[in-house]
Amino acid sequence: MNDPTPEGDPEQRRRIARQFIEVIPHARALGMRLDQLSAEGAEISLPWREDLVGDPRSGVIHGGVISALMDTCSGAAVMAHPAGAHSTATIDLRIDYMRAATPGQTIRAKAHCYHITRSVAFVRAWAMDDDESRPVASATGAFTVER
Amino acid sequence: MAPRNEPLDVIKSRRNNTLNALVSSVPYIRWLGIGFDRRGDELTAVLPFDEKLIGNPMLPAIHGGVTAAFLEVTAIVELTWTAIWQDMEQGRIAPDAAVPESLPRLPKTIDFTVDYLRSGLPRDAYARARVVRSGRRYASVHVEAWQDQRSKLFAQATGHFLMAQHG
Repeated sequence: MNDPTPEGDPEQRRRIARQFIEVIPHARALGMRLDQLSAEGAEISLPWREDLVGDPRSGVIHGGVISALMDTCSGAAVMAHPAGAHSTATIDLRIDYMRAATPGQTIRAKAHCYHITRSVAFVRAWAMDDDESRPVASATGAFTVER
Repeated sequence: MAPRNEPLDVIKSRRNNTLNALVSSVPYIRWLGIGFDRRGDELTAVLPFDEKLIGNPMLPAIHGGVTAAFLEVTAIVELTWTAIWQDMEQGRIAPDAAVPESLPRLPKTIDFTVDYLRSGLPRDAYARARVVRSGRRYASVHVEAWQDQRSKLFAQATGHFLMAQHG
């Protein structure tokens, strides 16, 4: 991952946000959009798409897509943390799937790096559809901190 | 189990058709490009490398989310395959991707924990799942993924699933 500095004017931030997704081929292929990136964490959204469906009977998006979204969002939160990691990789990621995401709705992930040491970052993330009062999934992960 | 003298091509086409229907009916499995090799009832998932799977273009390395998705797909297909085996062998079901009602109901993931052991190289990846415990409602599945060497896993995962309820 490249280093998206959270500083700078709004236009520069938007450019960095765009670049962050553009340099990750898989994030771009899935259609992710970085909505927010600051020391507080990251927010990334992913519109529903027919080819990402995991259950053809219901049209519900595959859990793997939620995993990719939460993993990317968690990595972004690590990179944006003021501790200043130059790169990061997932060590471990646990995802709880609370309910099926509503077909047709955009999924939004929020991740927050709540503790960071010299070599490890601890992150929590949530995934929501239009009904933000009932999360679709939550995740907790450990990430490397490359300096 | 199939009768001893059932023609081999009948047995093979029944098993291959069922597996194909199961895999080809899921858009996301097709989008990732995952295929399944079958030896008897043993399945090996194959993820051919593709540019769009990259998460870190500097190394380059496969995206951690792709690894998680690959392992989860492998677990779900293995669990479904194991659950429908008897019905398939006895001819009670014959899933057809063109007929949605004929497809088996898929288990729902409750939780999934991925252990990233080394970075995913820009090459094909393989995975096998083992149903550790399968009850009427819940199942626990362990999955291992490797690339060049079977003994050098690049990721493993454990997941819990809610089994589809029939009737």
